Amino acid sequence: MIRETIGMAFIFVGIAFDFFGVLGLVRLPDVYNRLQAATKCVTFGSAGILFGTFLLEGFTSFGFKALLGVAFIFLTSPVAAHAISRAAHRARIPLTEGTVVDAYEDDEELKVNTVIKK
Amino acid sequence: MTLAVKSKIIVFILAFVVWLALSGTDVQQIVAGAVVALLVSLIAGSFLVASHNQKHLLHRWLYALLYFVKFLWEMVKANVHVAYLVLHPNVPIKPGIVKIKTNLKKDAAITVLTNSITLTPGTLTVDVNEEKGEIYVHWIDVKTTDVDACTKEIGSRFESILAEVFE
Repeated sequence: MIRETIGMAFIFVGIAFDFFGVLGLVRLPDVYNRLQAATKCVTFGSAGILFGTFLLEGFTSFGFKALLGVAFIFLTSPVAAHAISRAAHRARIPLTEGTVVDAYEDDEELKVNTVIKK
Repeated sequence: MTLAVKSKIIVFILAFVVWLALSGTDVQQIVAGAVVALLVSLIAGSFLVASHNQKHLLHRWLYALLYFVKFLWEMVKANVHVAYLVLHPNVPIKPGIVKIKTNLKKDAAITVLTNSITLTPGTLTVDVNEEKGEIYVHWIDVKTTDVDACTKEIGSRFESILAEVFE
């Protein structure tokens, strides 16, 4: 009974943060800011839903799959965010207007292999 | 025992345990799992353990646990922060890409550090320059552009703990 309540709480918190992530995707200005919202909230939200599923299921093979899903989301989603933001910067997608500083732009060494030039 | 063999044995055990947890107790499934785990460990097994560590295993696991607790807490903070940003009517952001320095040398340590930076409040790793030990971070609320101050603000949260775990 208690386990089920906690599991449902995890699932609802997860859905709430997934919603905030999607809202951030709509409201924030450029690709980098949107990635911030998408990566953090969707990682935490989806992990919350999967962990809640694990609590509801217990140590069955189904519950264990949900737990493995949590581990893989934590490992893969930051890497995906890194790959997308790096690719976006290399493709010269501009940062939003209010941007204060872009130190990455000044690093010549990392840009040797850049294919697309303005 | 060489490092590669040790690494392969660890990968075999891990893969087999995960298989056992996912499948039932049927003999055919267990045999199939052993074969698959053996193949995986032979092909890709040498990447897991890449170098020797001087520190005691227990010491490293305790710091890994400490890192995990700290990471979860930072992650909750990050999510509340993003929720605040997107619910605020004006979306109060001040974004920019800053450079930070790291003293970590091993690939695994740098990977975990950059993943942690991505999942903690307001920061997202864009690229890493491994030779120089520099990390480029997109920061949603830039407080300073000075390299050392940024390092202190962003990287130092995890770096000392990760140095105990990996280096």
